Amino acid sequence: MLLEAPFTEEKMRALKVGDLVEITGVVFTGRDAVHKYLHEGGKPPVDLRDAIIYHCGPVVVKEGGRWVVKAAGPTTSIREEPFQGPLMEQYGLRGVIGKGGMGPKTLAACQKVGACYLHAIGGAAQVLAECVTAVEGVHLMEEFGSPEAIWEFRVANSRPW
Amino acid sequence: MDAKMLQARLLELIRRTSCELPPDVIRAVDKGWRREKPGTNAKYAFGVIRDNIKLAAGKSQPLCQDTGTIICDVARPDWVSERAFRAAFERAVDEATRVGYLRQNSVDSITGRNSGNNLGPGSPVIHFHETTAKALTARLMLKGGGCENVGAQYSLPDTGLGAGRDLEGVRRCVLDAVNKAQGKGCGPGVLGVCIGGDRATGYVASKETLLRPLDDTNEDPVLAKLERRLLDEANTLGIGPMGFGGATTLLGVKITARNRVPASFFVSVSYMCWAYRRDGFQLSAAGRIAKWLYD
Repeated sequence: MLLEAPFTEEKMRALKVGDLVEITGVVFTGRDAVHKYLHEGGKPPVDLRDAIIYHCGPVVVKEGGRWVVKAAGPTTSIREEPFQGPLMEQYGLRGVIGKGGMGPKTLAACQKVGACYLHAIGGAAQVLAECVTAVEGVHLMEEFGSPEAIWEFRVANSRPW
Repeated sequence: MDAKMLQARLLELIRRTSCELPPDVIRAVDKGWRREKPGTNAKYAFGVIRDNIKLAAGKSQPLCQDTGTIICDVARPDWVSERAFRAAFERAVDEATRVGYLRQNSVDSITGRNSGNNLGPGSPVIHFHETTAKALTARLMLKGGGCENVGAQYSLPDTGLGAGRDLEGVRRCVLDAVNKAQGKGCGPGVLGVCIGGDRATGYVASKETLLRPLDDTNEDPVLAKLERRLLDEANTLGIGPMGFGGATTLLGVKITARNRVPASFFVSVSYMCWAYRRDGFQLSAAGRIAKWLYD
């Protein structure tokens, strides 16, 4: 089924376990360094209200002055288990995309906030890179390096997560 | 061959390894896909995996964004020194990172700073062996962090697993590792197992054995039998691709052994994801790629 921005609580609560979801809108990448930073009180450089976080450290290179996504599959989510639930509640995150599943803290937060965990196919970096139609920005690049930065990906017609 | 040419050949080895799965791995993926029932999540996952393999090769872009630990195994003839090979390989790695065949994947463990070009203490990893052959043989493996994190090392006896110091004990360790990995290592995976050695050499050998062709048969009939048995048993666990459930939990099991000291009995398990990126070539002194090893 199609999940289009804005990602509202209502849309998220309507999803059922096992649904195949296609996403259209902006997702923010964020993985180990970003989660630790936010958990320790770092200021988010983007508005995380109703946002979807993608556990992804992409390969992005600059070609002719613009960012080109070369590969963008999911990373293992369970490493963010200590942080994900609290961040979901604090910022009102609506979704997390990753792989390998998460734990009971995140599950409880999803239930409370009205958010979903979406499981992408690990290693499918090309299929998923094809869904990225534009790179709308990058944050915390200096601090954390390219794979750990927050990339703003506009995605459309994504293969189901 | 001058340094520039060696660098260019090594860049091609990196590109091919990152973007194109070798035929033996593709055959195993196709076999897994055929085995899964239509309409299941396992079949769906295999469908995405197969599309991804085609896309990556067609676009010459990384199969997986985690281009992993760069591990190069080199049989080195007289005409190139370790120093010269390392210099050429490092320049090739730097270039491959700039053009996007490799992700910026080398992070200072103390400061957290990313070196930006995959170079730094311990990166890339090169294992040299001397050879009397005329051609240089280089094998490259790109091993992602997700699968590396689910590797495991056991010290036998392990009372929790009921694993003693024999092949039955080894079997219990290997199945425990598969069960603990679940979908986190991007299955269906391939296991490299080393029985014996010390903690360091055991893990190294467990990775080296992943350089074998996927569809070969172990020269040691005892290990060949254990490989077949573990593959069959792991595939009855129902973990399936990405842990979605299904009949294909592993694509292969490769086992090797090293002598041990009487006091130690280690079982080292390296898990390789389905994006089993390893390739290799034979390179003549004149710089001609004489053979791709897995074609």
